[in-house]
Amino acid sequence: MTTASASRTIRVETLARVEGEGALYIKLAGEHVTDVKLSIYEPPRMFEAFLRGRHFSEVPDITARICGICPFAYQMSSVHALEAALGVTIDPAVRLLRRLFYCGEWIESHALHIYMLHAPDFLGFQDAVAMAAQHRELVERALRLKKVGNTLMVVLGGREIHPISATVGGFYKTPRKQQLTALVPELEWALEAALQTVEFTSKLEFPDFEQDYIFVALHHPQEYPLNEGRIVSSSGLDIRAAEYEEHFVESHVKHSNALHSTLRGRGSYLVGPLARFSLDYEQLPREAQQAAVAAGLKPPVKNPFRSIVVRAVELVFACAEALRLIREYEPPAASRVEVAAGPGVGHAATEAPRGLLYHRYLLDDHGLVRAAKIVPPTAQNQKRIEDDLREYAARLSGWPLADATWKCEQAVRNYDPCISCATHFLKVTIEQERP
Amino acid sequence: MKIIACGNPYRRDDAAALLVAERLQAFGIDVEVCSGETSDLMAVWEDADRVILIDAVMTGAPPGTIHVWDSSVPGLVSGALPSTHGLGVAEAFRLVQVLGRAPACIRVYGIEAAGFELGASPSAPVTAAAEQLAARIAGEIGAHPCA
Repeated sequence: MTTASASRTIRVETLARVEGEGALYIKLAGEHVTDVKLSIYEPPRMFEAFLRGRHFSEVPDITARICGICPFAYQMSSVHALEAALGVTIDPAVRLLRRLFYCGEWIESHALHIYMLHAPDFLGFQDAVAMAAQHRELVERALRLKKVGNTLMVVLGGREIHPISATVGGFYKTPRKQQLTALVPELEWALEAALQTVEFTSKLEFPDFEQDYIFVALHHPQEYPLNEGRIVSSSGLDIRAAEYEEHFVESHVKHSNALHSTLRGRGSYLVGPLARFSLDYEQLPREAQQAAVAAGLKPPVKNPFRSIVVRAVELVFACAEALRLIREYEPPAASRVEVAAGPGVGHAATEAPRGLLYHRYLLDDHGLVRAAKIVPPTAQNQKRIEDDLREYAARLSGWPLADATWKCEQAVRNYDPCISCATHFLKVTIEQERP
Repeated sequence: MKIIACGNPYRRDDAAALLVAERLQAFGIDVEVCSGETSDLMAVWEDADRVILIDAVMTGAPPGTIHVWDSSVPGLVSGALPSTHGLGVAEAFRLVQVLGRAPACIRVYGIEAAGFELGASPSAPVTAAAEQLAARIAGEIGAHPCA
């Protein structure tokens, strides 16, 4: 039995259902949290270092290898940054296809996270397989939704993960209209399934927990953000991607192999579905807005546990947007523009499923990479996850240790963290100090 | 009949099944190569009522040992914890059973791995075992218990 004044530690040696390897350590003295460390011990992967000396044309295929669940976002942030560095203008049909590609990645990633990784927390199952025994329809829906996303990725990228079709200036090969229209019936099913996902998630039980977040996301006047826009925040920031490093600072902390990001003068901030929904609600298509309203969501959403509902609304968006883009698609005259090598510096930010993803490249006269900088969404959210836990763990001081640990893991999974990208397993420790 | 090989060519002995696949394909036998990710694997065996699944395993036996299981694999667990990338062969196996989607007949061949280090070449015992298993499967196809 734990008393209010007792001290204890919550320690999860290996946190499941997150991407990558890390540990969580929380120290409590009574109701006060005295220490929170989200420790990412996965070894650094050195992508920025081994991009140096590579020809710009090799970069998209290398950056696509950073992540198995959101490779296209990595590929696209690099393509856009390199196109900015080299002054490339792309065909509007290529832009449309890139947006469609993002939709495929979002459908795949969001469906998997909502149903297979996050829903078991809310329904009280150890994992999706245990959940499937009692909620077969949910798992069947998740698998079919993921397959829709995968199929889109295969048609556009040549394969489900680590796509090979995108290049600076366009695509090596663009699909025929008929290849895309063949996907419409399954995407129409997916849109219905996404609406059912919003309804399902909106009926889950959420802790009464809100945070005063600084949201950061891309903003585009006409579109819900995927591949371009200005970087805006709920605290008034409104900048070009090229200005990112003037406002955001990366720093090393002893307990993590991933760098912590902060907004200069403001501290931690949040990227991802909650930020996008809160800053870009007006740009959501009608179906997604209606689904959000029916689910009781209105911007800003400050309860991180409700991110599962917001993710479902974004699933509606991704399916509706994919259908719209396929209707509008006419194959471009040329799949890509020729790009001459040359010097330059280029910056870009796009919206990966987990949030804002920033890239910068410096090229020499031969188009070789002299410097590269990649800031993944999970690295940006890392400090914010710790801040959430500092508040949330304090409320769990009277809970049995096993339950408190489970709830802290769930709080981490609100973020769908991709620790692999940020630098794999998460260990959680909650320690209660003895008086 | 569908033969499925799961593995990662960049993680040492995780490439064991891929080595078997290469040799079977050289004999003119069709093999589906798959990362082993649950939903992909389920999609690959979706329409098959008879499946041979080949994967690297760790049971504590000497590296290169060839294991055979029919219809079930006792104590099967993934080496990695479930995640967006990490839902693996074990979860796929459990999931198809829970969902009632398991092939009517499945034989699993496991090659005992020495390790899964990034970027390393397959170990000598595993490479030799892959040769033996390919020859065995090629010879057994007509006599497969599911055939």
